[in-house]
This record gives sequence, structure tokens and C-alpha cells, in this order.
Amino acid sequence: MRLTIRSRRIAVMSFAKNLKCRECGRVYPLDPTHVCEFCFGPLEVYYDYQALRRVLTRERIERGPPTMWRYSDLLPCSAETAVDIATGYTPLLRAANLGRLLGLDRLYIKNDCQNPTWSFKDRVVSVAVTKAREFEFDTLACASTGNLANSVAAHAARAGMDAFVFIPADLEQGKIVGSSVYGPTLVAVDGSYDEVNRLCSELSDKYPWAFVNINVRPYYSEGSKTLAYEVCEQLGWQAPDHCVVPLASGSLYTKIYKGLKELAWLGLVEWRKTRMSGAQALGCSPIVEAWERQSFNIKPQKPNTIAKSLAIGNPADGYYALRVMAQSGGHGAAVTDDEVVEGIKLLAETEGIFAETAGGVVIAGLKRLIEQERIDREELVVAFITGAGLKTQEAVAPRLRPRLDIQPSITSFEEALSERTGALPATRK
Amino acid sequence: MANQRVKFTFPQGLIKEPVIWRLGRDFELVTNIRRADVTEDRGWVVLELEGEMEEIERGVGWVVELGVRVDPVAGDIVEG
Repeated sequence: MRLTIRSRRIAVMSFAKNLKCRECGRVYPLDPTHVCEFCFGPLEVYYDYQALRRVLTRERIERGPPTMWRYSDLLPCSAETAVDIATGYTPLLRAANLGRLLGLDRLYIKNDCQNPTWSFKDRVVSVAVTKAREFEFDTLACASTGNLANSVAAHAARAGMDAFVFIPADLEQGKIVGSSVYGPTLVAVDGSYDEVNRLCSELSDKYPWAFVNINVRPYYSEGSKTLAYEVCEQLGWQAPDHCVVPLASGSLYTKIYKGLKELAWLGLVEWRKTRMSGAQALGCSPIVEAWERQSFNIKPQKPNTIAKSLAIGNPADGYYALRVMAQSGGHGAAVTDDEVVEGIKLLAETEGIFAETAGGVVIAGLKRLIEQERIDREELVVAFITGAGLKTQEAVAPRLRPRLDIQPSITSFEEALSERTGALPATRK
Repeated sequence: MANQRVKFTFPQGLIKEPVIWRLGRDFELVTNIRRADVTEDRGWVVLELEGEMEEIERGVGWVVELGVRVDPVAGDIVEG
């Protein structure tokens, strides 16, 4: 039996109208539920776009806070009740060096490493936690190997809520600290990846918790749309020609597209038929594999890649991601782990941005798509970098140039340097 | 009584096998299919299993043993 929350809800202002099944179209009230009772299809938030069209303007958005909550009219909860740790409005950088190297005239990097817990997950979790509090849950939960765990633990601390974070028992110590510092109940599960999945599904049925990517998933995933809104605003209210996005569950990718379409429907940007391309690591690429087979039928995979933040073998939104790829005229690219590391280094060495492995996947995927002539030189391209490199140092550390070890003397320094480079730099005149 | 909503993904070799029929006959479970897509090389079925929790676990264990992949209906829950 499913537990339901029966309590007086906090009344909030929002243009969100209802939940709608993405498969059969049945409509549900805005409750903490995620699947259609009829066909078990996923539910998605629907808005009153007529009302939004009457009130939402560029100026209204520009008057908002310098965070993702400036777009609260397009989210299922209000900015006044937001659990906000200053997420979003991250830099959009013109990547002239990398663009020149790859052969693109107008390449931009959306640098979402600069969120409070250093990944885009703060966007989705901020919305999920705000909504969970509206629903009067007192406990948050998630199952994660990294970024999501960090973000849920941090937001729970901010909201004064209890948090249960489920992690695989063999997770590296370094990744645990980024969650445990915020004080959640950290539960290490000694089981396979599939067993952890099943356990969490059963726990969400049994306990009255807000499991951020289960029972409040329809709200959670809406947070990703803010990446699209920000990019358009930062480009002077225009949509890009081409987006390159990392693919894990496929949710981020589909929601960026939803965000672009919403802004066009509302007349805030001109519709530019933005092409949506996605990148995965070859060791876990069920969406790109289906794309290359020209099928909408995802074959689940067992992940085996260093890009652990994208390692979702059975992606919840895989089918919908494939539909967006086909509709928008985008493409999919799967890259090897070696290419992922090279991608991390390339971004760091050309633009000064240290991304985690998912960022390496995006840059390597971008490079592959350019080589395959899937992206035109003159297109305005945005590559989405969704997490910071300090989280996955172990992936890149063995491939970096070794340091020079010297004695504290100029002679020792010059010997070591000339041994490395074969020459010494020019001295002062 | 408990119920569990799951997605079965069948490999090519098991597409023609009456797995769900046997699950209902050999275990004390009611199976209720809600959505499915079966092609000649792949098939998935979204269904609800109803019965005692131990029996659901036994039934799911048997299906997994056969080579069918069993996932929560919402896809993978563990995220990066």
C-alpha cells in the first residue's frame, strides 16, 4: 500500500496547473506522485501558459534575484518559499580558444561547476526540496554516487530537514565527505547497483519521505529548465543554434529543450529550432547506442566507465531524450574513457575550467560531432559543463604532466627545466 | 498483501517464452500488465505484481534467474 501525506498544505503562488502523464495524457493534481495510476507512465508538470503569457516579461525576470529563482514563474513553486543556497545564474563564457581549436566561430561554455555544491544537481534539488517542504515532508532521501548526494545533504541542512542518503558500500572516501559534512544519515548499501535501485524503490513505498528523484521527480526535474532560461538571457534573449548536453537519465537534456520551447511559446525569445545533441561515455551509453541503431527502444546496460555521474544503465527519460534528438535534428556521440580524460584536459588548458568527467564527456562528444560534420562552424553552440573537476581528480591525475622536483637553488631549477624542455626561458636584460 | 510496480526487459532469447503467465501460475502472485512494447529482438513490459512481499521477492528472483532484467518502473534511481 502506498503511503499518502494527509495534512494541510502550504498555499503558494505558482503557475503550475497539474501533473500530466507523458504517455496517456491523464491529468492529476499537483501531489507528491510520479507515475500515472493507469499506465504507470511518468508524470510531468504542466503550467497555465495563457496566464503566464499575460504576466511574464523579460523585465519581470531581470528584476528577480541573481539565482535560478529569477525564473520562479516557470517553476512549480514560488520564490518566496524557495530553499535556496544561491544556486544558478552561473557564467556563460565565450570559449574563443577552444572554439578556435575545434573550428567553431561561436562556442560558449555554460559553466555549472559554480553552483553551491559544484554541480547542476543544485538546480533540481532546490526545486524538489522546496516542493517537499510545501507538501510538509520532514525527511529527504536519495540514492547517489556523488553529485546528487552532496546536493540533497546540503539542501536538507539549509531547510532544517532530516536526510537519508543511500550510497554503494564501495564508494570512495573522498566522495563521502562532500555529503557527510552536511550531517545526513549516510547509509552504505552492500549490494549490486540493481539491488540498491530496487531497495530504494521499496523504501520510497514504505516511508513517508520525499525521495527527490522518485515521488517528487516531476518537480525535481523541472529545475533543469533554468539552464535553458539562463543561457537565453545571457545570450541577450536569444536561443542557441546547437546545444551539447551530457546524457545520464536523459532528464537534463529533455528539460533544457522544454525550457527553450517554453521561452519561445511565451514570446520571450525567437524560436531558432535549436538542435539538441547529447554525449555519453561508451562504457554506459544506452541512449546513444539506441540512437545509432535508429531505435527508440533502449537496451539497459551495466555501467563500466570513469564517468560515474553519467552512469545510468537504464535511463528513466531515455526514450524521451531520443525523441528530442530526432525532433530537433541533433545527434548522439559516445566517447571512450581516454577521450573523456583528454576532454577534461582540453577544456582546462584552453579555457581555464576544470570539469568533472561528465564535462570531459561533453567536450570529447563536441569534438567528435565536429569531426563528423554534425555541427557547422558558424552555429552558435553551447556546451553544458555540469560538475566541477575537484570531485573526480582521480580520473585525470595519472594523465597530468609530472611536477619538477628540485633543490632550493637556481642551478637545480634550471637543470630540471632544461631537462624537461631542452631550453631555458629568456632572462631579464 | 503488497504490490510492486516493475519493468521487465526481455532479451531476444526469452521473447517467445510465457514468462509472465508462469510467474502468475507458479507463484502466489497476481500480474497486471499496464504497458508493453515487444519487437522481434527486444521486449519490455511494465506491470504490477500483487502478493505477499516474500512471494514477490521469490517471483522476481526467479524472473531475474531466467535472464530477464527487472527494474523499478521509474528507471534507475541511483544517480551520479
